[in-house]
Amino acid sequence: MSSIPLQTRLPRTCRISAIKQETEHVRTLTFEISLGARPGQFAMLWIPGVDEKPFSIAYDDGKHCKVTFFTIGALSQALAEKKVGDLVGVRGPFGTFYEWEKGQKLALLAGGYGAAPMYFVAKEAEKDRATLDVIVGARSKEHLLYLKELQSLSNTTLHIATDDGSQGFKGYNVQVLQSLIEEGKSFDQVFACGPEMMLKAVSDLTARHKIPSQLSLERYMKCGYGLCGNCVVDPLGIRLCVEGPVVKNETCRKITEFGKYHRDSVGRKHEF
Amino acid sequence: MNLSQTILGVTFENPTVLASGIWGITAASWRRVAENGAGGVTTKSLWIREHRGHQNPTVISTEHWTLNAVGLPDAGPEKAREEIGEYMKDKPVPLIANIVAGAVDDFVAIAEEIVKLSPDFLEVNISCPNVDDEFGKPFACSAPDAARVTKEVKAVSKSIPVFIKLSPNALSIADVAVACAEAGADGFTAINTVGPGMAIDLRSRMPILANKVGGLSGPAIKPISVRCIADVYKATEGKLPIIGTGGVYTGEDALELMLAGASLIGIGTAIGDRGQDVFRKVCEEMNAWCEKEGIKNIAEMVGGMHKELASRS
Repeated sequence: MSSIPLQTRLPRTCRISAIKQETEHVRTLTFEISLGARPGQFAMLWIPGVDEKPFSIAYDDGKHCKVTFFTIGALSQALAEKKVGDLVGVRGPFGTFYEWEKGQKLALLAGGYGAAPMYFVAKEAEKDRATLDVIVGARSKEHLLYLKELQSLSNTTLHIATDDGSQGFKGYNVQVLQSLIEEGKSFDQVFACGPEMMLKAVSDLTARHKIPSQLSLERYMKCGYGLCGNCVVDPLGIRLCVEGPVVKNETCRKITEFGKYHRDSVGRKHEF
Repeated sequence: MNLSQTILGVTFENPTVLASGIWGITAASWRRVAENGAGGVTTKSLWIREHRGHQNPTVISTEHWTLNAVGLPDAGPEKAREEIGEYMKDKPVPLIANIVAGAVDDFVAIAEEIVKLSPDFLEVNISCPNVDDEFGKPFACSAPDAARVTKEVKAVSKSIPVFIKLSPNALSIADVAVACAEAGADGFTAINTVGPGMAIDLRSRMPILANKVGGLSGPAIKPISVRCIADVYKATEGKLPIIGTGGVYTGEDALELMLAGASLIGIGTAIGDRGQDVFRKVCEEMNAWCEKEGIKNIAEMVGGMHKELASRS
């Protein structure tokens, strides 16, 4: 009856096959399994006895999948202490993914560790002969991610923005996109993954210029497949684990809480 | 074909209702469920004060079953007032407010708060099987305990009908139902999840749910819900309405629960498999079956098995 593969809904532990330290607080884990994930989808990572949380999938080549994560809470701290060969529960993929057509001109905006899924998009879109402008943003140069990987792609122009100007443009990646648009560069679509206030700026800019965009929204998730209801957004009542995380901008524009507030694990509102 | 049901004066356009614990944490989500064809919606369990719930993993499934130990998270009455108040502005379909507590006094306190918001029914959750560590065995596992909660909630519920949500894990669900009926219950919801059950990860040798155990739902439990509904209907002589819940995925599942004695049909786990429009699908399937069989009014299905058995004896 279910069209959802078993691995999606019942976590099973698998082994870490490689670990890469990306920056001081960011690591990439490679797992010995593929989830058959598309760019923009997420997986749940579980450490028995600790917790299970959603993570965006950094890469999946049909043999292995990767997750790039920032050490921020109890689970990511425990993940950071894992070694090659250690067990981690993995289930997924969950949610929607970025969609493009062959040969399209795409602008990709990555904020912070949003660079990982954006690299996944770029790598897959390259196979479809898309032309890409990738704008990676971070607080400062030591927080920039996936620059080498992105530079290695054909059809890709890499732009960098840092809040403090320590590398690339001094300011936000959205400002770089605005300049490109104002210089007359045309895009079929804009994709973005990063902090919500960055997404809000991308939403406003692309709506103003009538460029279709797809944004990856983050809300507190528990089950990952639409049962617990924790990730619903006002006033649409859609569940972002199923109808998201990648949401078309015309839908984002109807989410009144977008850029304003989100809900915690008991459903209480918190402003951004 | 008339799918509507009027229960204790409240009209549901069709018998499907969103079961408690699934999806419904905000006014927007109840509206979304109504847009997807549900005849009614049930809130997640509401507490008198914030309740955190369990850590993840909280919900896991195969195609046969789901285990959940979400642990009834809720922000407390202030959020309930905001969300129910928002929903009541235009109320697309009837609202059933589900309340929970660990002690009788707290059941009374939350009932008093929620009654002020004028939900169509109050559903009293005395049967959650995944908070035993915190609160001990559910009230629904003991007829005197269940009756005590019923009596106290009824004392403050004013004109709002009180449905007691029963547990399949009671030694005799019929005895519990009779005790609650004598204490003043207006109706029942049968059943809460079964078990609890457990699933273990082979390599780590650890239980998958953080709470170790969780309530069992999904297709596997339908025969248990059918039997429990039949027991409750028979024990209360079909006098009190039953919201039948447990393993309903299709229109034929819903009709089977109605024959056992259900007037309304709760749907929860099936959302994960058949999508958010499962309510519309189940109604279309009920409709198609009834038209083919020449059934004009869905209400004639309720308790049909008992009537058939009586006619043969």
